[in-house]
Amino acid sequence: MHETVIESGRSEKYYWQDLWRFKELLFILAIRDITVKYKQTFVGVAWAIFRPVLTVAVFVFAFDKVAKIENKSEIPLQIIIFTGVIFWNFFAMSFQQVSNSITGNANLVSKVYFPRLLMPLSSVAVPLLDFLVGFVVMIPFLIYMGYTPTFNILFVPFFLVLAFFSAFSLGVIFASLNVQFRDFQQIAPLIVQYGFFVCPIAYPIATIQELSWYPIYQWINPLAGIIEGFRWCLIPNYQYFQWDTIIPSVIFVTITTILSVIFFRKKENSFVDYI
Amino acid sequence: MTVIEAENISKRYIIDHINGNAKGNTLREIVTDNIKNLFTKKETNQVSHEDFWALKDVSFNINQGDRVGIIGSNGAGKSTLLKVLSRITEPTEGKITIKGRVASLLEVGTGFHPELSGRENIFLNGAVLGMKRQDIKKQFDAIVDFAGVEKFLDTPVKRYSSGMYVRLGFAISAHLEPEILIVDEVLAVGDADFQRKCLGKMKDASTSGRTILFVSHNLTAVQGLCNKAMFMQKGQLMEMGETNQVLATYLSHVQKTALESWWDTPEEAPGNDKVRLKSIKLVPSYLDNQKHLDVRTPFKIKIEFWNMMENANLNISLHLNSLTGECIFNIGTESRAFDKGVIYAECEVPADFLNDGSYSISFMVVKDTASAIYNFEESLIFEIEDYREGTAWYGKWPGYVRPKINFPITQLELESIS
Repeated sequence: MHETVIESGRSEKYYWQDLWRFKELLFILAIRDITVKYKQTFVGVAWAIFRPVLTVAVFVFAFDKVAKIENKSEIPLQIIIFTGVIFWNFFAMSFQQVSNSITGNANLVSKVYFPRLLMPLSSVAVPLLDFLVGFVVMIPFLIYMGYTPTFNILFVPFFLVLAFFSAFSLGVIFASLNVQFRDFQQIAPLIVQYGFFVCPIAYPIATIQELSWYPIYQWINPLAGIIEGFRWCLIPNYQYFQWDTIIPSVIFVTITTILSVIFFRKKENSFVDYI
Repeated sequence: MTVIEAENISKRYIIDHINGNAKGNTLREIVTDNIKNLFTKKETNQVSHEDFWALKDVSFNINQGDRVGIIGSNGAGKSTLLKVLSRITEPTEGKITIKGRVASLLEVGTGFHPELSGRENIFLNGAVLGMKRQDIKKQFDAIVDFAGVEKFLDTPVKRYSSGMYVRLGFAISAHLEPEILIVDEVLAVGDADFQRKCLGKMKDASTSGRTILFVSHNLTAVQGLCNKAMFMQKGQLMEMGETNQVLATYLSHVQKTALESWWDTPEEAPGNDKVRLKSIKLVPSYLDNQKHLDVRTPFKIKIEFWNMMENANLNISLHLNSLTGECIFNIGTESRAFDKGVIYAECEVPADFLNDGSYSISFMVVKDTASAIYNFEESLIFEIEDYREGTAWYGKWPGYVRPKINFPITQLELESIS
């Protein structure tokens, strides 16, 4: 017979086992998020197409036609922006969803037990679906522009996983703090807003690569390397990415993910007392 | 077989005070407090931690198949105990060993999403409560049938009536089939018919060997469903045992024994700026050598209140309730015009009318026979003791009233039965 022992600090031992036992709930929460997002909309998931396409159109207009950003690479700015926006949207949305995952499920936190890590994990569903839809739209666009992707495209999942864990690690810390201090709910959108300009999303990395502080930038902004890696997967003969530049990013993301999960586990038992 | 074994469980919450005030927990306050601490000497900020023990040294054993009712006034620690047992929050001290799968039902429809349809919510709620998808599929028709929502399966639950919402929520939990079911106050909602259905379902569950823990303020429900009860007060377990015995202890604890209460000035009296209670008294007309109010004693209820309104048409509507909340009767005075001053009303409850038990009196001052000025709730609580003669049976006399109605019995024919 199933035996449970409840004691202060006891849940630690079976945490990962429990997480596995509740895997069905993970999928159901993920499906719930997706269903709810497009409920009562007329075009439904098609919004996942409109949103990035419109964003790209507006940014091309603003950066290319109005601001006239100097494009030091030979690649058209539309492609730089399209690839950048699709990828950034995935990161930004994952980060925001994960940040709000605990407070957004407050009714569950205070009424039932399950490993709380399920909530940030399941919140990747919506951004992932949006990314896939956007990705499918982007491929014909690349071919039309004369940049048919090569086999490098097979590396896309690798960079996606990296992007997810960067979003997840930061988001999980925000989610834990958000339970007690709702201030973090205000900070998260700002990070997304500023991050868009700090990272090479709407401009090619070539524009800043020659600057004297670029090596430091590369180290303190692990996301920049991941975005460039993503472009390398899609754009043939993309010369601005070298595999060795991704190593700091991988190390950085691994360490922050582990630390953030430890932090989350420490905080998780007190969620119900503050939420 | 013992299925739940709790040893000395305690749960502490810490309330912080600075200079006697509750300490802020917002980010701003924490940051500014810390900055202040940099510049001021530590002693000026007297941070005191106040420990609040929501549960203190609670130990008990529950056997398989027991239906345990947990009773106690608000803030007694009942809900905290359920939260600890269902692993939502950890105990600060102590250890609990639970044998078997636990499903806890702390609210009806936990995790229901208003945008999702009934069908989608059945799967969501089932998974949240720990059911496998396979099990939910198997039980799906039974759940829909029990809840009676066939027609609205594909309607978002935000459009459900509150009754439908509750029925669906309970139906899912009722089909969980866990070994141990923990239920909190869910019967407070829903209509009488549905409540009966729920209690029936819970009884069925217990006859098939399941263990039930049930928190309720509805003592009748506890009495009807549970074979054991726990009485909690201020975080401690006062008594655990047979339901009737524990209920009796509980009732004697909540009793306000005084048969009258009065206030000298309107300022301190309960009420509002229109009416305030001056006094309420229960005056028994004891028979010879009687010391307690029992079923044979007639008594008067005397009410005095201050009226602060000029020329108002007022009457009093009085409710006599059982302690479990059911209204035994409701009577009203005639409506008359009154000026400012003290108003007095009196009614007499005859002998051999109320059954033994605990009762409370609430009354409303009503203006123009239509609008309630103020409702004085539970202004008096009293107990009527049992008295019987000519019977060899001493079980609890059932019913709320015990009128002496003439009930003759005679033999009509003599017939020899061989």
